[in-house]
Amino acid sequence: MAEQGKMADFTPAKREAYWRKTSRLMWIIMALWVFFSFVIPAFAVQLNSIVIAGFPLGFYMAAQGSLISYVVLCFWNASAQNKIDEEFGVAED
Amino acid sequence: MATQSKSFVDNLGKIYGGYAGGFIGFVILLAILEQMGVSNKVIGYCFVFLTIGVYAYIGILSRTSELSEYYVAGRVVPPFFNGMATGADWMSAASFISMAGGLYLAGYGGLGYVLGWTGGYVLVGVLLAPYLRKFGQFTVPDFLGVRYEGNTARVCGVVVLFCASFTYIVAQTFGIGIITSRFLDIPFEVAIFVGLLGILVCSMLGGMRAVTWTQVAQYIILIIAYLVPVVWLSFKLYGNPLPQLAYGSVLEQIAQFEQKLGILKPHSAAYVDAKGQFSWVEFNNFWALVLTLMIGTASLPHILMRYFTTPNVRDARTSVGWSIFFIFLLYFTAPAYAAFAKLEVYTNVIGQPIASLPAWVQNWSQVGGLLTIKDANSDGILQLGEFIINQDIIVLSMPEIAGLPYVISGLVAAGGLAAALSTADGLLLAIANALSHDIYYKMIDPKASTVRRLVVARVLLVAVALVAAAVAGTRPAGIIQMVAWAFSLAAAGLFAPLVLGIWWKRTTGAGAIAGMIVGFGVCAFYLVGTRYFDMPLWFGIRNISSALFGLPLAFLVTWVVSLMTSAPSKEMQDFVDSIRVPRGELAWVKGAQHD
Repeated sequence: MAEQGKMADFTPAKREAYWRKTSRLMWIIMALWVFFSFVIPAFAVQLNSIVIAGFPLGFYMAAQGSLISYVVLCFWNASAQNKIDEEFGVAED
Repeated sequence: MATQSKSFVDNLGKIYGGYAGGFIGFVILLAILEQMGVSNKVIGYCFVFLTIGVYAYIGILSRTSELSEYYVAGRVVPPFFNGMATGADWMSAASFISMAGGLYLAGYGGLGYVLGWTGGYVLVGVLLAPYLRKFGQFTVPDFLGVRYEGNTARVCGVVVLFCASFTYIVAQTFGIGIITSRFLDIPFEVAIFVGLLGILVCSMLGGMRAVTWTQVAQYIILIIAYLVPVVWLSFKLYGNPLPQLAYGSVLEQIAQFEQKLGILKPHSAAYVDAKGQFSWVEFNNFWALVLTLMIGTASLPHILMRYFTTPNVRDARTSVGWSIFFIFLLYFTAPAYAAFAKLEVYTNVIGQPIASLPAWVQNWSQVGGLLTIKDANSDGILQLGEFIINQDIIVLSMPEIAGLPYVISGLVAAGGLAAALSTADGLLLAIANALSHDIYYKMIDPKASTVRRLVVARVLLVAVALVAAAVAGTRPAGIIQMVAWAFSLAAAGLFAPLVLGIWWKRTTGAGAIAGMIVGFGVCAFYLVGTRYFDMPLWFGIRNISSALFGLPLAFLVTWVVSLMTSAPSKEMQDFVDSIRVPRGELAWVKGAQHD
């Protein structure tokens, strides 16, 4: 019940601001997801002319680079969203 | 029981650390026994029975008579371990055995699978997992039933779930049968039922709780088994124990061989047809496949329900990060497998006298149909066109290519078996829980007692497993092809109602139901039409990516119909609001049944 008491401070205006921030984070991550999943592969032919340590860059990005970005994006989402939660006092105990 | 599971959860690191160490010790012991002259067959038996025995032991230890333990593992699974369990849940026999071979054959084109089967977790973590965790019920159709106020949406969800998961589980059972029969040297039909026992002991007594802790154990075995042969080979050839970095120079050597051998379609070239020319059809199919697999990942209930098991919303998000990390470990190694195998073939197989081919080629050419050598021009030299290799061989033969003892082949088999069993268990539970919780409890007998609900859940679990094994036993042609259908069907049927239900309050029940029916219907129509009725492809998109047409239609129809129907009630909007915030009670709509 103590929890509900704290939630009483969470006014509709705050709720809206919270959701706006959450949505903004969502769109940023979605944009990066599109970039690594579709934009970079779309230029694979051009990127392949750059070779680093034997790897044609277009091949490397689809085989490793974009995958690393997914791992980073997921952890980043978790920590950034948690910061928003704490800022608005709605993180779990 | 609660106190027991508490101390168990607190000591997970020690328990699984000890387990991993014990497993490595076991492999070393078998290696010593092999040197002392123990036969390959005995080693194969040891691997299959000992690993299944360990899973069974965990399964029996995790038996439970509590509903929340059975359906969501008591919601005590820490994010790190839930990540491992999700990794095992996710990576199937196809990922473990076939994917590297697919990359060997397709080169850059095969990377669509690598991207598609990883990137979906970003969608899971951002759009769905935390909110479904906050919702806090037992199944994915449960969410549809509550959010869209009624059993119509629930039933639609169950139908999509069943269609997507059942073909998938049949394929896993088939894979288990193949591996078991090869390493135990018993007929396929018998092997299927040995495998079935392996699936059931993990899940029947303890439901999600047992499946979770066996999946962690299975992940550890599968990742060790996947990494050991290729790390060894990389170290032996390049002095670099990180094959993922070392294969750059391998790719260069492959390119040199391709020029020498006159291969038109280079390994690293993107979007080229068989003649090496840029092709828009290849380009479009690549992104269509990536999109389908990613959205499908974020819609498959056996994956989503893993995030119902974390202690809270925050942990659900972190857990998605760990999941993709553990999956990444295998997926970024697969292209290295493909490159090493290709270089080995170009260096030591093609252009060699057939009489003096490496031992691994001779061994595998004797196993039916996986590797074919035909001296078409009878010159005694193996030409490129005379060498046909099945994609499943690349991973299975890597220990022999690397010159490793047979014990490592046994290890790889144990890894493949772990991958197939863990995925089969997750799917089985997703199907059986939807039937027992959503259909039986929510619709047929809402007054059923806990004991009765658990009995029904277990009976259905066994029934679904038996049917899956029976279907797999008939060796249905093209079933492996149908696995890819699961992604399209789930993506077209479930993604729109799940995402819009959380992110767009205006979504109405009628809109979501119409969207599901149209999306799933169009997708199924395209799949069946192009596969069985010679329907021409739309825009050249192969049927593996059929969600490309159903998915946008599902969103469009949901949007239009939602705007045409009256907005959801104030109570429903408050309920959606309460799902969006980690802290606080859920604002249940009056009359909504929940546990």
